Amino acid sequence: MTDLQPVLEALDGDFENVVFEDSLGQIVARVPNAEWTAFAVAAKDAGFEVCVDVTAVDWMRQRPERFEIVANLLSMQHQLRLRITTTTGREDPSVDSLCPLWPGANFAEREAFDMFGITFDGHPDLTRILMPDDWEGHPLRKDFGVGSVPVQFKKSHQVN
Amino acid sequence: MTDERTAEETAESPDTVDLWVAGTEESQFSPTEEGAQEIARDDSGRRLDEQFGRVVDDDYVFDDEIAEDERMIINMGPQHPSTHGVLRLQLELEGEIIRRSKPIIGYLHTGMEKTAEQLNFSQGGTNVTRMDYLAPFHNELGYSLAVERLLGIEVPPRAAAMRVLLTELNRVSSHLVALATNGMDVGAISMMLYGFRERESILAFFEKTTGLRMNHNFIRPGGLAADLPVGWKDDVAAILEDIPARLAQYDDLLKDNPIWILRTRGVGVISAEEAIAYGITGPPLRAAGVKWDLRKEFPYSGIEKYEFEVPIGTQGDVYDRYRVRVDEIHESLKIVEQVMDSMPKGDYRVDDRKVTPPPRARIDESMEALIHHFKLFTEGFKVPAGETYVAVESPRGELGFYVVSDGEAKPYRMHTRGPSFANLQALPITMADSLMADTVATIASMDPVMGDVDR
Amino acid sequence: MATTAPGNLLITTVERAANWARTRSMFPATFGLACCAIEMMATGAGHYDLARFGMEVFRASPRQADLMIVAGRVSQKMAPVLRQVYDQMPDPKWVVSMGACASSGGMFNNYALVQGVDQIVAVDIYVPGCPPGPQSLMHGILTLHDKIMSGEIVR
Repeated sequence: MTDLQPVLEALDGDFENVVFEDSLGQIVARVPNAEWTAFAVAAKDAGFEVCVDVTAVDWMRQRPERFEIVANLLSMQHQLRLRITTTTGREDPSVDSLCPLWPGANFAEREAFDMFGITFDGHPDLTRILMPDDWEGHPLRKDFGVGSVPVQFKKSHQVN
Repeated sequence: MTDERTAEETAESPDTVDLWVAGTEESQFSPTEEGAQEIARDDSGRRLDEQFGRVVDDDYVFDDEIAEDERMIINMGPQHPSTHGVLRLQLELEGEIIRRSKPIIGYLHTGMEKTAEQLNFSQGGTNVTRMDYLAPFHNELGYSLAVERLLGIEVPPRAAAMRVLLTELNRVSSHLVALATNGMDVGAISMMLYGFRERESILAFFEKTTGLRMNHNFIRPGGLAADLPVGWKDDVAAILEDIPARLAQYDDLLKDNPIWILRTRGVGVISAEEAIAYGITGPPLRAAGVKWDLRKEFPYSGIEKYEFEVPIGTQGDVYDRYRVRVDEIHESLKIVEQVMDSMPKGDYRVDDRKVTPPPRARIDESMEALIHHFKLFTEGFKVPAGETYVAVESPRGELGFYVVSDGEAKPYRMHTRGPSFANLQALPITMADSLMADTVATIASMDPVMGDVDR
Repeated sequence: MATTAPGNLLITTVERAANWARTRSMFPATFGLACCAIEMMATGAGHYDLARFGMEVFRASPRQADLMIVAGRVSQKMAPVLRQVYDQMPDPKWVVSMGACASSGGMFNNYALVQGVDQIVAVDIYVPGCPPGPQSLMHGILTLHDKIMSGEIVR
């Protein structure tokens, strides 16, 4: 892309397999799974000091790789945001953890593990964070139902 | 609970009874000198001074080496008067000093991100507004901005100005609750009553405008649900006149109060590097000295038209966070005054009939309006496929919404980046090697809202 | 309730006195969970004063409380905690389910919430609203007072 900021130009030049896209005015970098850590280190050195958020999307059968892991980075010195995404498959989904680089990704990756079942290699404490510890299943996957129950009408009466 | 004793057991030994006679058992504990107090001699003048408190031996923190097995793990919460909701902390204590701590969350997990996939885009506001329940307008604004970016529409200037008015007033009311609970947790219980008293006048204005005191679902994709009520300027002017005087009273109570300063200065310190590494945003980041406010850096909803300052602190302790919040209330009131004086005329929602419903009168006249109304309220408007991340500056920090749409009327994935979720990660490092009594002040100053953390 | 036998007449008066004492000094246990907790705090604050009904003291320890106002949504992880707090409260105890989420799961009909706190504890009063304003909550509490005074709820 020709209209990238110079910071992102440098990143684009270093990595051939990474595709930079423009998504509704925001820059997204599609990174192959194997280069996730390398690209993240390069981004952090380029000035992205803050990892704002790590999350995942379950594409089910719509895309060849089922899960897409999305990390939002922020550079305070350059006033830039960058979104980096990678993919992982249906069997044993996993990706490298960003915790060694940005300790603030700790809780977010635990939530992605809890909700989707994606393993983050190198995470210091990958356990369930939002659901009870003995919960089975990963709620935000598309094949996990909402769990709605039929509405019950109780025998209470209104008091005026 | 040993109610269940099988019939066989009682039938087996009906005659033998367990008797315990006091004083006949072997003593498990042989008394040692450990823990015995030093009784000071009567004729020492210093003893009287110590009793009166004129002389204090304050070296209890630097005691002798405590053996490893003398650490105690205690549990604080989830039901606790001072944890700001259902936060559970596991503290590893060595005497009164916290060596390690671990926040355990999830006690308010509501599955809001899963619910968002079942509700269509204009119903999403009802879901999202209950996440950070002290700043509901900010949640709705972030979500609406994300959906509007996916739709590719811009709201008219009056809608943008109304949004700024409501969110800045919401910032004031949220910081008032933060001050109230902060004061109450540290011990200034009257702050609780004062904070909620001021909040009532703002909530009365919200009720007049939106119909609800909290969780309004008023800022929707495409604009707002309704226009401001007649006479809103008088209500806002009354708020603007009332609150600064009251804030001066709170400063009298807290700002130079030696007890407050003793309890909050140097407590719960987060340095700027730690804050940036942990992704902390909002008043804790600004109190550490980093001048970063999304309203200035990535402005939204026309807020760049208004003049305001971003207060920062120096030391990153509880006292600085308290000052930053009080100063932010003043700045928000400045913005509210500017919005009130310069509110543009016009429509309060975008004109695109595919997104906002037509006025009710038109439905009787035009078939097209009827069809639009029908489609909007049964199926909802379809949003083109795409993904976006929009962040707003909520009273707690960067509140971001990552919305993915696949062309349907419901979001494919909606993820909220809650500021309290990230801010809580810093609790273990702020509380390490500090005293147990400072825990409450630290948590109160981080101002977590558990609805935001657990969603 | 009131019998004609002279011996029971004294007990009835004692019971009425006991009910009066119980209603006039109920101590709520702090069980604020979510948005309703803020409205509960607002009810206890200056504008809508709960202290005039003797209830401004929100006891943190369940052993010292007799009213549990479940204010907010009860998640699956919180349910055992709620039951344990309820069990720790001594008799007589009452439960007010405040808000839509505590009464029936509210707008969140999904895997994460207990659909109504009456799946776990026995509820005396349901206060609807999302969140119920302080006036609604006070109406619910005063209704509970009336029910206790009239002897409808016998604990």
